[in-house]
Amino acid sequence: MAVISVNGQEVTLNDDPRTTLLDTLREGAGLTGTKKGCDHGQCGACTVLLDGRRVNACLVLAIQCEGCEVTTIEGLGEGGDLHPLQQAFVRHDGFQCGYCTPGQVCSAYAMLEEVANGEASDVTGKGAVRLSAEEIRERMSGNLCRCGAYANIVDAILDAAGELDRKGEASR
Amino acid sequence: MKPFDYQRLAAVEDLGQRVSEGDRFLAGGTNLVDLMKHEIETPERLLDISRLELGQIEDGGDGGLKVGALVTNTALASDARVRERWPLLSAALLAGATAQLRNRATTGGNLLQRTRCYYFYDTARPCNKRNPGEGCGALDGFNRIHAILGTSEQCIATHPSDMAVAMVALDAVVNLRAPDGSERQLPVEELHRLPGDEPQRDTVLEPGELITGVQLPAPPPGRQLYRKVRDRSSYAFALVSVGAILDVVDGKVDSVRIAFGGVAHKPWRARKAEQALQGQKATEENFLMAADAELADAKGYGGNDFKIPLARRTLAAVLRDAAGAEGETTA
Repeated sequence: MAVISVNGQEVTLNDDPRTTLLDTLREGAGLTGTKKGCDHGQCGACTVLLDGRRVNACLVLAIQCEGCEVTTIEGLGEGGDLHPLQQAFVRHDGFQCGYCTPGQVCSAYAMLEEVANGEASDVTGKGAVRLSAEEIRERMSGNLCRCGAYANIVDAILDAAGELDRKGEASR
Repeated sequence: MKPFDYQRLAAVEDLGQRVSEGDRFLAGGTNLVDLMKHEIETPERLLDISRLELGQIEDGGDGGLKVGALVTNTALASDARVRERWPLLSAALLAGATAQLRNRATTGGNLLQRTRCYYFYDTARPCNKRNPGEGCGALDGFNRIHAILGTSEQCIATHPSDMAVAMVALDAVVNLRAPDGSERQLPVEELHRLPGDEPQRDTVLEPGELITGVQLPAPPPGRQLYRKVRDRSSYAFALVSVGAILDVVDGKVDSVRIAFGGVAHKPWRARKAEQALQGQKATEENFLMAADAELADAKGYGGNDFKIPLARRTLAAVLRDAAGAEGETTA
């Protein structure tokens, strides 16, 4: 049986190749933190890390991930042990209903690593990449928030990025 | 989603003669899996090529670059060589989709993505591309996003890629491999076709032919710019986009290459505009004259009439910016 690693735990895939990574996480592994929004790669609610890169889990067939490492929101922080990004979302009220939040946090986590790697975006000019509100808005455009908490989401990410910088960690 | 068989290929040679009519190649899946959910694509078998050794960007000789078909859009846009010498390509890639999609989408898959025409996606509506002979909902329907050049009475869909527009302007070439192992090369400009009376065919690929990579020749002199006009500032397809490489010497156009996105069934190389500009003074008047030469045959369908003046003004603006920063090479 094909196996993937989710947050360090082995998860066995079912034998229907139509099963997406998203359904494997929610229905197979019981990890319901990752949300199903549009199921068509448009809203970002299902954002997870696949071998360290953020992807839309709804557009990835699970069988393609055999042997890969997946990190979900449960792998970043849970219960009382929240990741600094999660704490910043709470501090800045970066949500209303909260449905898009796991995807926002996973996406932001990977985004900060992309910035640390020097990967440019559509709004990056010449020279080194520097995190700014403008960069965050562009880089997070794949995560919709129908409650419209965008302003607070940008503030939360900027705040958490500063805190992680002070701790000398890329994003962990 | 309709049931299908899944087979993962370990090497390009595995393809052999095994590719049959109901097969589709699966790489990043960002478009194909979505189309399968809509049951617009209903393959009998997916041949997963995502683990083939086609994920490298290598020196292509003669100052060029060889890009493997499985290089992700993120990796290609971020490559230091591409950023420095083919900034048009990097800019076009970063103007498309989202980080999540670019992390997964591949070079080959980006070229072969299908149109985002509403009627192609809505299986309750007629579409000659999805179901040949059924009719076209867009001709007399909502056609704000549709084509103004090279259309037919069968189809007015556009090709949605930004990357391909840059590649066409950069004279890139696709490497193809047939199931019998034979290989051929094709300019990206000739890969996609106009709809004519076979709108179901997006490209000239033969059945079972696989894109193995893209060759970027050394960039021509001049400033490279990509400008994308869209309804949102991020994560939207182009209404009109322009990729241009302009070299101005002593106030005159020494060389120029132009491609449009969002205006046709294929990335549109604007050769009439290029010819009109060659050797002319780099002035606003001449830029508009060149745009008019290219757009003389443009045709609106009601909702997309605005694209004709928009394409005209966008081209002039891009050329003005490129000419105004003579000597610079970064988009």
